[in-house]
Amino acid sequence: MLYQFEFADVFAYWPELAAGALRTLVLSMAAMAIGMVVAVLGALGKTSGPRWLAMLLDAYIELIRNTPFLVQIFVIFFGLPSAGIRLSSDMAALIALVVNVGAYGIEIIRAGIESISKGQIEAGKALGLKPLQIFLLIVLKPALQAIYPSLTSQFILLMLNSSVCSAIAAGELTAAAGDIQSRTFRSFEVYFVVTCIYFAISMLLWTVFAWLERLFLQKPAAR
Amino acid sequence: MRVLGESDILFIIAAVRWTLLLSLAAFIGGGIGGLLIALARTSGIKWLRLSSTGYIKVFQGTPLLMQLFLAFFVPGVFGIDVDPWGAAALGLSLHASAFLGEIWRGCIEVVPPGQSEAARALGLRYGPRMFLIVIPQAFRIAVPPTIGFLVQLIKGTSLASIIGFVEVTRAAQIVNNATFRPFTIFALVGLIYFIICWPLSRYSRMMEKRLVAASR
Repeated sequence: MLYQFEFADVFAYWPELAAGALRTLVLSMAAMAIGMVVAVLGALGKTSGPRWLAMLLDAYIELIRNTPFLVQIFVIFFGLPSAGIRLSSDMAALIALVVNVGAYGIEIIRAGIESISKGQIEAGKALGLKPLQIFLLIVLKPALQAIYPSLTSQFILLMLNSSVCSAIAAGELTAAAGDIQSRTFRSFEVYFVVTCIYFAISMLLWTVFAWLERLFLQKPAAR
Repeated sequence: MRVLGESDILFIIAAVRWTLLLSLAAFIGGGIGGLLIALARTSGIKWLRLSSTGYIKVFQGTPLLMQLFLAFFVPGVFGIDVDPWGAAALGLSLHASAFLGEIWRGCIEVVPPGQSEAARALGLRYGPRMFLIVIPQAFRIAVPPTIGFLVQLIKGTSLASIIGFVEVTRAAQIVNNATFRPFTIFALVGLIYFIICWPLSRYSRMMEKRLVAASR
């Protein structure tokens, strides 16, 4: 093998890499937080809203799930300005991620709501609990337990998907990689290191999510 | 800049065949790789189980875009030149191997162990036991999630445009650079993907419902 590895050239840019990784994390967390608001509202609209709203939400879900994220981000970043809406690339990336994760989130949240049997809620009413108490004490925990795995893997998918935002030059880890590559010309080394960073972030998230589940969502041991 | 014309639209639509061809190549490559991964994951040999688990973890824990970049640059390290088509087909195949391997492992594990034990009692070796007894039974439940993943894969081929392969998304970018009608062009491309993916999604969901109904 004649190839000379030059990882030192890449590691010299570690501040850019660290900043990129941080921005990837912040971007994904912001998108997930806002996306969950969209998902909860959407799920409520689908389960208890009028028929036309449910159909509209279905159209949104199907449209997003059956088109690539890259095309979605192009429509938002390049297409919306022709409708008079100008967005910075970071803003367009955030909106695209929210729109995308919202569509997947609605179905996840809806499954959570539907996993609670009606009898549980009626029992709460019979005990004289208020609607908020019923939601917090009866519905929330088992619903979260039911959807926690799909919710967390959706979050990791979102984080990995955010690398596509580099296509519109939004500031995150993959864009940082492109930048370093254009200055060092060490393509393999740059992308290898950045792939490792993404993997480390995934591992970190997996660990944190498993830890949170043990801490808050542990099912009581069967007696 | 020039006006968006009929020939531009035809240029984009003609590029659909590259999207489909790339999806097909990746699906075949991923199907072969995925079968090997699924068999390794369910095998009795420890190092096979561990290495296939590691393979799946790595591919599910890194972005597809990075996998495509590495598929483009790693062969260069060994002095092999690849064009964007080769890199995209290779990267997507390796990606699909991990995901299909994990899906099919689940399907193989659902087949009751008694089936495999009975086959062993009849004196069947590993090959016939898996390919004549276990896999045909796993196949039925594997269809809906496999089609579901195929949709993910077709959408994933759009990332090949970033490493320079001219499929439908890249064709749209090229046309957009010349005519600058981004909304029309990318909405059209979205529609094209939707027309390809939506029937598959619906078919997958219908099959899944049928399986759930049958198992009741």
